[in-house]
Amino acid sequence: MAVTNNLKVFKDSAWLGWQMEANWTDPFLFLTYSIVKPIAGTLILVLMYIVVTGGETANAFFSYMYVGNAMYMFVAEVLFGVTWVIHDDREHYMTLKQVYIAPMNFYMYIMGRSAIKIAITSFGVFITILFGVVALDVAIDLTSIDWPLLALSLVLGLASICILGLALGGVSFLTAKHSIGINEGLAGVFYVLSGVVFPITILPTWAESISRFLPVTYWMEAVRRGMEPGVMRELADTSGYDVTGMSNVSDLTIMLYLLISVGVFFALSIGVFRIADYIARKKGKIDWTTAY
Amino acid sequence: MPHAVETQSLTRIFRPKKKKEGSVVTALDSVDLRIERGELFGVLGPNGAGKTTLLKILSTLLLPTSGKAYVAGLDVEKDLTAVRERINMVSGGEISGYGLLTVRENLWMFSQFYGIKSKEAHARIEELLARFGLSSKAKAKVRTLSTGERQKMNVIRGFVTNPEIVFLDEPTLGLDVNAARAVRDFVMDWVQSDRNRTVLLTTHYMMEADELCDRIAIIDGGKILACDTPNNLKKTVKMNTTLTLSVYGLGGINGFDNIPGLNSYTSYKDVESGTTKLRFVLEDESCVSEIVSEVVSKGSRIMSLQKTEPTLEDVFIKLVGRGLA
Ligand SMILES: Nc1ncnc2c1ncn2[C@@H]1O[C@H](COP(=O)(O)OP(=O)(O)O)[C@@H](O)[C@H]1O
Ligand SMILES: [Mg+2]
Repeated sequence: MAVTNNLKVFKDSAWLGWQMEANWTDPFLFLTYSIVKPIAGTLILVLMYIVVTGGETANAFFSYMYVGNAMYMFVAEVLFGVTWVIHDDREHYMTLKQVYIAPMNFYMYIMGRSAIKIAITSFGVFITILFGVVALDVAIDLTSIDWPLLALSLVLGLASICILGLALGGVSFLTAKHSIGINEGLAGVFYVLSGVVFPITILPTWAESISRFLPVTYWMEAVRRGMEPGVMRELADTSGYDVTGMSNVSDLTIMLYLLISVGVFFALSIGVFRIADYIARKKGKIDWTTAY
Repeated sequence: MPHAVETQSLTRIFRPKKKKEGSVVTALDSVDLRIERGELFGVLGPNGAGKTTLLKILSTLLLPTSGKAYVAGLDVEKDLTAVRERINMVSGGEISGYGLLTVRENLWMFSQFYGIKSKEAHARIEELLARFGLSSKAKAKVRTLSTGERQKMNVIRGFVTNPEIVFLDEPTLGLDVNAARAVRDFVMDWVQSDRNRTVLLTTHYMMEADELCDRIAIIDGGKILACDTPNNLKKTVKMNTTLTLSVYGLGGINGFDNIPGLNSYTSYKDVESGTTKLRFVLEDESCVSEIVSEVVSKGSRIMSLQKTEPTLEDVFIKLVGRGLA
């Protein structure tokens, strides 16, 4: 009998995820997955933008949108990844109940399994932004990047998404069939309400109040301030009104809001996970498969 | 030291989500069990008796509706991690595993989830693979294994984590004769090699329960109908043991009249071959040796000897009212 160490579980699970995720025997497939797919997804958005606005990408709003859209890849991939791990273990490998009854922190396992997805996504995000700067005049200036702000907001933002993954993981215990739908719905909520491609100020008032509660909202704001401070200043100065609704708020306060909302979501997610876990045990859903 | 497993009025009820989807099922009905450390304990019952439900509750996968269950003195509802550190579970017919990993990697992975030192884990994996004849498959991807091989790998998974108490849910289900034999032998050896080890296995094979288990609980409809050693269970069946001897050159049969514990006997002499067939109905099995020495003292030779006694099947039929098909 031994005590399992969280970090070790994370490491071993990450190795497991790596074995499953990275199809190194087929580099073409891997490149498609990690580069072509995100850029293709981005191009759809760019095309829509060009059609709607009549074709100007060299402006502040396009850069605002482009960065938000690229960062959103993290939200979608993590939320999807966590649910997929549980789905796969339950339905495909049938190892969920064995993993579940192991004396380890189950969350470390899911995060380890998803870590490689996050790493591959980071690569995709980087490529997408590079593509934007080179080909589409996205206004990111290496000399003006606020590196500490960018790094800290990336860490906190990713943490907030991983924490949400915990809640989703719990919910996935309960609904084998609907969990994919639930996470797509949740990802959609963040897309619309967190200022990903359009500022929250254009939302109805009630929706904007929800936005101001979500960590992703502050994450998007903080990342943009770190990555494209010039764009954010220009948006605030030229538009005649406070586009993002936060232009008067200092960087420090934004980070504080981010930290607080991450904390609140952390508590909420743990609560949701515990309740879901309890219900799953009560109803005997852990080792239950849908037999498609 | 607390019992390896203890349940108190353990009850589990399954309610259908919608009324029309069936009726309320009482999978476990006030089950009281006490399993000692070091025991190889069997739960014998037909399909749907509640065996899997019991093991799921004990392995923290399912909550009871009412009653209590303790593993190593720990509450399975509350002391989750402490229970999990001490147990493992294998279900028969289990073909699970990470298909992209090799057999060795898959087993190693699970050992790490239990915090086993990597070196120790590797040594145990090799030993167990050899024991189950899977050494040649150590480097094979799990997805390339046959179902029987996958099942054996899962049995190994159950023991590679160095548990104190192992729950085996119909472990030989679907295995061929040799593989089933290997699993049974291993389980017996494993329990016997350390007094602190306990196995709780469920089965619907009479012979398996009889051969393997120190004690057996017979379960049907969620209720424990009897719980004792196989021999004591058989004694509850009012059916006498019979001893049939085929003897060459038997002198006389008068000597059998005074053997205590002998209920009655019949003899039939086949004149042509010179053998006598003797059939004794025994009240007490200890008289077997006296019968044999009586035969031998008369200078005759025993050609064959056969004892028939009540089987667990008879016990089961008596308790449940039907056989275990
Ligand atoms: N998740 C469940 N939902 C509804 N009924 C169940 C569930 N699991 C088991 N049962 C019912 O409980 C009874 C006992 O099942 P089980 O413990 O699997 O029996 P065994 O393992 O002895 O074959 C059966 O009638 C079964 O249909
Ligand atoms: Mg069963």
